[in-house]
Amino acid sequence: MAKFTYTEKKDTRSGFGAGLLELGKKNENVVALCADLTGSLKMDAFKKEFPERFFQTGISEANMVGMAAGMTIGGKVPFTGTFANFSTSRVYDQVRQSIAYSEKNVKLCASHAGLTLGEDGATHQVLEDIGMMKMLPNMTVINPCDYNQTKAATIAIADYEGPVYLRFGRPKVPVFMQEDQPFEIGKAIQLIEGSDVSIFATGHLVWEAILAEEMLAAKGISAEIINIHTIKPIDKEAILKSVAKTGCVVSAEEHQLNGGLGDSIAQVLIQNQPAPMEYVAIQDKFGESGTPDQLMKKYGLNAENIVKAALKVIKRK
Amino acid sequence: MAKKSTEELVQIASQVRRDILRMVHAQNSGHPGGSLGCTEFMVALYFKILNHSTEFSMDGKGEDIFFLSNGHISPVWYSVLARSGYFDIKELATFRKIDSRLQGHPATEEGLPGIRVASGSLGQGLSVALGAALTKKLNNDCNLVFVLMGDGELEEGQIWEAALFGAHNGVDNIIATVDYNGQQIDGPVDEVLSLGNLKAKWEAFGWQVIETDGNDMNAVVQSLERAKTMTGKGKPILNLMRTEMGHGVDFMVGSHKWHGVAPNDEQLADALGQLEETLGDY
Repeated sequence: MAKFTYTEKKDTRSGFGAGLLELGKKNENVVALCADLTGSLKMDAFKKEFPERFFQTGISEANMVGMAAGMTIGGKVPFTGTFANFSTSRVYDQVRQSIAYSEKNVKLCASHAGLTLGEDGATHQVLEDIGMMKMLPNMTVINPCDYNQTKAATIAIADYEGPVYLRFGRPKVPVFMQEDQPFEIGKAIQLIEGSDVSIFATGHLVWEAILAEEMLAAKGISAEIINIHTIKPIDKEAILKSVAKTGCVVSAEEHQLNGGLGDSIAQVLIQNQPAPMEYVAIQDKFGESGTPDQLMKKYGLNAENIVKAALKVIKRK
Repeated sequence: MAKKSTEELVQIASQVRRDILRMVHAQNSGHPGGSLGCTEFMVALYFKILNHSTEFSMDGKGEDIFFLSNGHISPVWYSVLARSGYFDIKELATFRKIDSRLQGHPATEEGLPGIRVASGSLGQGLSVALGAALTKKLNNDCNLVFVLMGDGELEEGQIWEAALFGAHNGVDNIIATVDYNGQQIDGPVDEVLSLGNLKAKWEAFGWQVIETDGNDMNAVVQSLERAKTMTGKGKPILNLMRTEMGHGVDFMVGSHKWHGVAPNDEQLADALGQLEETLGDY
């Protein structure tokens, strides 16, 4: 019997939109800026409800990022909205100098991350954003897994003082996390307890990890599934605790192997408790056009690949 | 702070120029040219124009705030901040040295009073200033936001993104100044990448433009006073300020060669001989 089920699919970006609207109601210092993607980012409701606190910047992401930094001076809490590649690689120097180095309380909210953006292809499918953002001192990096968790994360980061990169996606995916859950930045969530292998997943790969657990259970393997919504700061304690029990690790993410979640976990292991590890991630390639499902299959980012990685890593113990 | 007379401002400027040269010489590193060129502007701003408190608060509520976008002219800013009371002038001796709050380019990390955002990578300050101006409006704070940019800096595309936004949204509580000295690292701006008719450009972008003789203290003060009267009228303000790089030191003036080079011992002595020590060296 499945340990997690869902009754509906929703996009994580709608979770962001709902969270932002709720924040607008409870915190008058929350302001939103968007670079000509209001509909795509689901910021319409906030814009309609709080027009005086919504700023359309046009297709000028560098200016948007700089203005967000400036708006913190005087106590506003700016949430910027655009696609993930325009939130990171397009404006890396602006984020680095005006936000991260300057310790500004800006929330960079990034939709359409990764391959699941789909048909628009590799120009828009940023697969390097987690790496870029986690390298910046002072930056917190969060990649929630479903609608409910994205909404909770959106609300939670407003109460945290400091720069945050919040990454979410375009497609409708299963809603399986509890509604109105508490969201604690930097605190991993154990979803399924197991003893043979630890599977650490982030973003859209969390659901795939849940599916993989069922497939592994059918083979008599007990997998522990942990939802790592915060990539930086990484929850060292949760990682080491799980690996102490299982002795091997699989990481799963919709991101390049270089610089992603797996890298962060490997760093924790190598410094504390080395253990065999396999990565489910993009192997140093750009994406391409296709449906999200086709792309995740072709680039090896689904439950089947998590199962393969788990079987492989267990043999290496 | 008591507002100074033009005569007093000129006296302060002479001391600030000495500070700039001594700071840059001491570490054999830094940018004297643009700093010397903008000395009248910075002195007028901090000793006459700004409504500000030297009890520094990051949020700057209820006061005018200033951003330096061309962060490499940090020596003039540090000197003016210290001389106006933000921190002890003795700290100027730590400029660009290890463990200093006076970083090569301005930064917030070390907590130097007066600095609200890091700058140095060019083109970002106008956007930051616009953001701060929007927040002032949201907070019903009728004070102003000032920003200084270099002319070479206008080659950065982000400046023009910000120019569009400021005009489109009628951000009329901002006074942006361009240090129009016609020089950049590789040579005259007109040879490196010509800016064309800057006045016409900014006007075409929807800004109110005023022109200033930036090395005449009287003219700088009058211009900034006039700029203040132009705020609140639905358009942002751009102060096109003609200056000479290296102004005040005869062998430095007008040349891009002193953009980022420190004087040696002899050159320092020569330069200091041209600038009266009016307030006492740090």
